[in-house]
Amino acid sequence: MTLRASAALAAAAALTLAACGQPAAEETTDEAPTGLTVVSHESFVMPDELKEQFAEETGLDVTYTTLADTGSMVNQLILTKDSPLGDVVFGIDNTFASRALGEGIIAGDELTEIDFGDVCVNADLAWFDEQGLPLPETLDDLTDPQYRDLFVTPSPASSSPGLAFLFATVGAKGDGWLDYWRELEANGTLVVSGWTEAYNVEFTAGEGQGDRPLVLSYSTSPAWTIGDDGESTTTALLDTCFRQTEYAGVLEGAANPEGAQQFVDFLLSPEFQATIPENMYMYPADTSVELPEEWVRFAPLSDAPIELGSEEIDANRERWIQEWTEAIG
Amino acid sequence: MIRRLAWVLVAAVPAAFLAVFFVWPALSLVTRGFHDGESWTLAGLAAVAGSRRTWDALVFTLATASAATAITVALGVVGAYVLYRLRFRGQSWLRGLVTVPFVLPTVVVGIAFSGPHPVAGIVLAMVFFNYSVVVRTVGALWIRLDPRQAQAATALGASPRQVALSVTLPSLGPAVASAAALVFLFCASGFGIVMTLGRGQYHTIETEIWFQTTQVLNLTAAAALSIAQVVVVTVSLWLTNAWQRRSQAALKLMPETSSTSAPVWGRDWPALLLTGVVILGLLVVPLAGLVLRSLRVRGAWSLDGYRRLLDEELVGAISTSLVTATGAAAIAVGLGMLVALTASRRPHSRTGRSWLHALETVYMLPLGVSAVTVGFGYLITLNRPPLDLRSSVVLIPIAQAVVALPLVVRTLLPTLRAISPRQIQAAQVLGASPLRVLGTIELPALGRGFGLALGFAFATSLGEFGATTFLARPDNPTLPVLIYRLFSRPTGDNYAMALAASVVLALLTAAVMVAAEQARPREVESW
Repeated sequence: MTLRASAALAAAAALTLAACGQPAAEETTDEAPTGLTVVSHESFVMPDELKEQFAEETGLDVTYTTLADTGSMVNQLILTKDSPLGDVVFGIDNTFASRALGEGIIAGDELTEIDFGDVCVNADLAWFDEQGLPLPETLDDLTDPQYRDLFVTPSPASSSPGLAFLFATVGAKGDGWLDYWRELEANGTLVVSGWTEAYNVEFTAGEGQGDRPLVLSYSTSPAWTIGDDGESTTTALLDTCFRQTEYAGVLEGAANPEGAQQFVDFLLSPEFQATIPENMYMYPADTSVELPEEWVRFAPLSDAPIELGSEEIDANRERWIQEWTEAIG
Repeated sequence: MIRRLAWVLVAAVPAAFLAVFFVWPALSLVTRGFHDGESWTLAGLAAVAGSRRTWDALVFTLATASAATAITVALGVVGAYVLYRLRFRGQSWLRGLVTVPFVLPTVVVGIAFSGPHPVAGIVLAMVFFNYSVVVRTVGALWIRLDPRQAQAATALGASPRQVALSVTLPSLGPAVASAAALVFLFCASGFGIVMTLGRGQYHTIETEIWFQTTQVLNLTAAAALSIAQVVVVTVSLWLTNAWQRRSQAALKLMPETSSTSAPVWGRDWPALLLTGVVILGLLVVPLAGLVLRSLRVRGAWSLDGYRRLLDEELVGAISTSLVTATGAAAIAVGLGMLVALTASRRPHSRTGRSWLHALETVYMLPLGVSAVTVGFGYLITLNRPPLDLRSSVVLIPIAQAVVALPLVVRTLLPTLRAISPRQIQAAQVLGASPLRVLGTIELPALGRGFGLALGFAFATSLGEFGATTFLARPDNPTLPVLIYRLFSRPTGDNYAMALAASVVLALLTAAVMVAAEQARPREVESW
């Protein structure tokens, strides 16, 4: 609290300066040898204790900077590669990795895997039990008439898990992916804007208790729907998954490349890796790290996630989204 | 001569601010779209102009914004009658309530309007957001309209309908035009509503700029779209300004309380009924739904969302928001006063007057230009000392001040324009220096608009999400950013927290707006 209060005071002081028309004398931490600027997307969470620990261990004065989503972040970094926004970046994923490397924004072209997770179709177990319907298993089952009007997904054009599902359909169906989407549409698939709308408004087992028992979500989602009997009320369909991997890397042109590398190493430390499930809802890259008990029981990973190469994604992202929008939208 | 020089200097400060923090960044990004690294090219522009997607987005933008503006104006004029021309208990609370949607995060509104067809949902949500703009703008003029003209018409045998159509509505012209312009701008540049309700299937120019800039970094396409956006905005401002000036001719304004009356059911039932239905159906039900949903956790009633929010980052986010909003409001009101003082000059020459009209239009532009363009523009312009502000805490209040400035100017200008020219002439005849006129007549008038302008700037900044989200931000989020973060966390229990945080934001805003309503000066007639 005292920290926050003093930060607020500092901000107010800086504002007064700016209001007087004098550009605030910003300390450009990334130019000082003792400074380090970390760039990340909105979902990056590092507990305060670990931030302090890292600062103490390295003696660095660390500034944490947040950009919007992964796509915006990568493109902002490309736009500013002549004068980088920071020293180290966290959160470039496999769908944007190829573009980041191709544009040369990562020093030594070296991206380090920090965490990963699966985007999968989730099912409301209780609903299927009540209706006496067998659980669907594959992407093809979603177009089966017995599952008509049951599936809801966030739109690939406006949501990152939605786009991951589009990649899953391309990976699984190849050139026939758009026909598959037409079949989905014919079978009453509902497309909504974002994950929140799909899961918490339309899904039968979500907070909004909607009327769709199949939803596109994450393989970890069942760990948060544990009922009174201690069992999860939902499950992920592990044959429908697309794997997202998140990387960290030192930015090309970093003012403090050593400190940046130290930060990447710290993200791989057992202390930080152990906090990933609770804070970022992803699996730590270090598989020796112990997972929360609910994850072990209810959030298994897919054995065979659907694959799609980073280069292929980067070369076709825009075209696929346009084609999807024209065919389905 | 010296006087004119002094005014140029006064005008220069806000102009410099707008140039550095709006025109330069936006222009730099757009320019990149026409330069392929070696030479200038219009190839990109041609490609975008030839794409069906662009035209679809343009048509969809114009169609939804026009429809929403028409509906909002129609409902809002009736609402203005009820909330401003009639007089009843609890009125100022209702006036505060209708403003709450104006600053709600669009993701919250998206959930409330996700039931109907996306296009209907988008238009309804736009009406929901902007209803108060029309009610306030039109209401504040209506309350001061001289009732004698209408009374005379009635005495001469005109029916109530004839009076409304041929006397009252034409007199309200300037306010309606001003409100329509604002609503159209908000609708045409609204990003969040279309993103949340459009399901990725409906695009406006604004969401196309977002897609081309942030997701595929096609700056050429984004630049062409930005130019289309500026054209649309300028044309609509020009049209509404012309309309406003034509109808502004001969209005005699009265003190506020002289013409209000208690509701009479026999006469007012259509207006009361319609406004009741709108306020209930369009405002109360969605807002109550929000509160109710924030109290439901896993199908049971619970305060858990609020409790966990308190543990989490609520206090920090509120204090960040308050500090940011204070800064933004200080900048916006400070500069807004200078702009209003300049724009309220009454030059004798025709050129002088057209310059001032142009000036007013320029200060409206930030409302109509994409936050993405400005945000990305900051990254490539403010990157060198002494203006290396890219990841500085001062950039967020500055960006929010750019967005709030148009509203501040629109709030302050009428207080100055309401000063009778004869009062100033009298002072001059009696030997008062221009500075003395400024100090004893104009500044006190401005002071009366101060509270309301501050309230608007503060509330706008509290709810601001678009410009904030595209800047490199320090780690401590503002309230809207926190809400967005909570919504996108993939676990059910964050949902209640996100809704609870939205309720807190709505309450905070409502409090600010009710306070501003109390401080409302008698002269303010429009935003």
